[in-house]
Amino acid sequence: MAITLSDAAAERIRKFLDGRGSGVGVRLGVKTSGCSGMAYVLEFVDELNDDDAVMEDKGVKIIVDEKSLVYLDGTELDYGKEGLNEGFKFNNPNVKDECGCGESFTV
Amino acid sequence: MALLQIAEPGESAVPHEHKLAAGIDLGTTNSLVAAVRSGVAETLPDEEGRHLLPSVVRYTPEGVVVGEAARAAAAEDPHNTIASVKRLIGRGVEDLKTLGDRLPYEFVDTDSVVPRIKTVAGPVSAVEVSAEILKVLATRAEKTLGGPLTGVVITVPAYFDDAQRQATKDAAKLAGLHVFRLLNEPTAAAVAYGLDREAEGVHAVYDLGGGTFDVSILRLNKGVFEVMATGGDSALGGDDFDRAIAEWVMQQAGIGNEASPNLLRSLMDKARTAKEALAQRDAVEIEVALPDGRHWQGQLDRATMNRLIEPLIRKTISACRRTLRDAGVRPEEIEDVVMVGGSTRTLRVRELVGEFFATEPLVDIDPDKVVAIGAALQADVLAGNKPEDEMLLLDVIPLSLGIETMGGLVEKIIPRNTTIPVARAQEFTTFKDGQTAMAIHVVQGERELVADNRSLARFELRGIPPMVAGAARIRVTFSVDADGLLHVEAEELSQGVKASVEVKPSYGLTDEEIAGMLESSIEHAGEDMAARRLTEQRVEAARVVEALQSALAGDADELLDAAERRIVEQALQDLQQTAENATDSETIKRAIEQLEKSCEFYVERRMNSNIRKAMAGHKVDEFE
Repeated sequence: MAITLSDAAAERIRKFLDGRGSGVGVRLGVKTSGCSGMAYVLEFVDELNDDDAVMEDKGVKIIVDEKSLVYLDGTELDYGKEGLNEGFKFNNPNVKDECGCGESFTV
Repeated sequence: MALLQIAEPGESAVPHEHKLAAGIDLGTTNSLVAAVRSGVAETLPDEEGRHLLPSVVRYTPEGVVVGEAARAAAAEDPHNTIASVKRLIGRGVEDLKTLGDRLPYEFVDTDSVVPRIKTVAGPVSAVEVSAEILKVLATRAEKTLGGPLTGVVITVPAYFDDAQRQATKDAAKLAGLHVFRLLNEPTAAAVAYGLDREAEGVHAVYDLGGGTFDVSILRLNKGVFEVMATGGDSALGGDDFDRAIAEWVMQQAGIGNEASPNLLRSLMDKARTAKEALAQRDAVEIEVALPDGRHWQGQLDRATMNRLIEPLIRKTISACRRTLRDAGVRPEEIEDVVMVGGSTRTLRVRELVGEFFATEPLVDIDPDKVVAIGAALQADVLAGNKPEDEMLLLDVIPLSLGIETMGGLVEKIIPRNTTIPVARAQEFTTFKDGQTAMAIHVVQGERELVADNRSLARFELRGIPPMVAGAARIRVTFSVDADGLLHVEAEELSQGVKASVEVKPSYGLTDEEIAGMLESSIEHAGEDMAARRLTEQRVEAARVVEALQSALAGDADELLDAAERRIVEQALQDLQQTAENATDSETIKRAIEQLEKSCEFYVERRMNSNIRKAMAGHKVDEFE
């Protein structure tokens, strides 16, 4: 089971953690809400929970709770630009269907 | 696939409900928009990578152009290209007359108090022009953040008055933006440096722009940010540095004052370039093409420049000293000094400021962007993206607020530099017997006489029950909300009749005028006090005359013979005359005492007669 970061994503996360001045890493997760079932979670992590799995890629700690890991296994987190907008993107091989906006998905 | 940002722990948004917010620094020359993404506050560039949006709007028959393109067209199309609209916002027709000569625009003749500029696209107001700038910035933010903004924080100078703040909010509304709140520029700068996250302390914000200087003293106490005092010089900035350098060049090159405007402009440009270069290097070459075709070439070293601009920097230090005094703080109590404005890049400024406050000034954040960044941080909190308790920023009112009392005197209800939001009440009473209405005149300023201050609003409280003078109790409440907008209410306490007013943007004051008002209040402090005493004694004399006349009308026939009556009437006349003609308060005071002495017998007699009347039909022991 693995989750990876693209070079751009890793660099950004390092920069953001630096700017924030605290935090052990970044949490990737899913929660049940949104227009088509599941929604992604992307948060800074200050404290670990008991059910958290901690991985590391390109010097960045990735924290995923056990439940989410099932849905996210094999995901690569990328960082990109669309016009003026820029941000993170989940490239998740488990996804069968996305809502039009891409903020939620089904597996 | 939507692009995501990293949220604070537990603050991940539900899909489609991102709480997007931006901070906007709506500047006189340039404007910026900033936002917090993945925990980092940054100014947002446009498609071409430019962060600064020139605050220039051009109206054409085809539509509205904002920014660089508008600024480029300013020379060829001056009537339809509006720059520095911030100087006009919240100003009335009357105020513009004082600025009129320097403005290239044609104003529409109108009965309305809001001035409108004639353009090919029809008349436009300062609020509408500002709204165009805000729209461009908001669109940039929405494209960058990938969704509609839930709200914005817009910064305004600490000196902005009610009218200017209200007009700024109106502009945002017109641009379709929800304003979380207006934030004073210095406060935003302090937030950008995270000074609000420290436990407590006193900080200074030193803001030296192109044409203005502002200094603010902020205190952080129990997590609450409070602006203790603001001050500055509204006609001092980096442009004056350039002018001093240009004058030096003129002297060196033997250019007289008759130099053409084009030459002067080019000298100013060269001066600016030299100044900026001297922040990196020790000396620069300057070359000027003279009107007679020759070229002058010379060298300006940093020491020489420092000597030229030092008197100007000293002026800012004097303003810092005055503001510290207002705040009741000593320079060594200041923990951090935040540097804002492009002119703080000049090394000598940093040195002298550091020397005065005895601390190394904070210069890490780009001084042109620091205000927008602070606004973005505040907007992020107000949008609800932070788990911490919402930080509460307090500001101060720049000029005292009060009402006019008898004789044209000002009774200050809220003194200047009071932190807002604030509500203060004071009780007033009637001057005449049977008075049923009271005119409330709201004034702003530091002087003792109404005539020397600024009139904000007038309204009347009617329906006061008729009572003897001094018996009615009228409570006047001034409240200033978090955005600095004033609400005044008058209430008669026995019957509960009320009247109130909101101060609307009918006219405003220029920074120069505010600075002028503050200065003149210090200059004229002595004579103001004398004028106040004189007026107070005049009002007192009028009150005594009024009371005596009403007594005479009541019981003179009963208590006085013709000779005694003449004495009293003569004394009354003497006092009236003295009060009218006297030029110092002492003379009137003596005349009042004189009258009291000469009428003592009458007063005594009235008292006895009143007591007799009151006691008639009662036993003496009932009064024990």
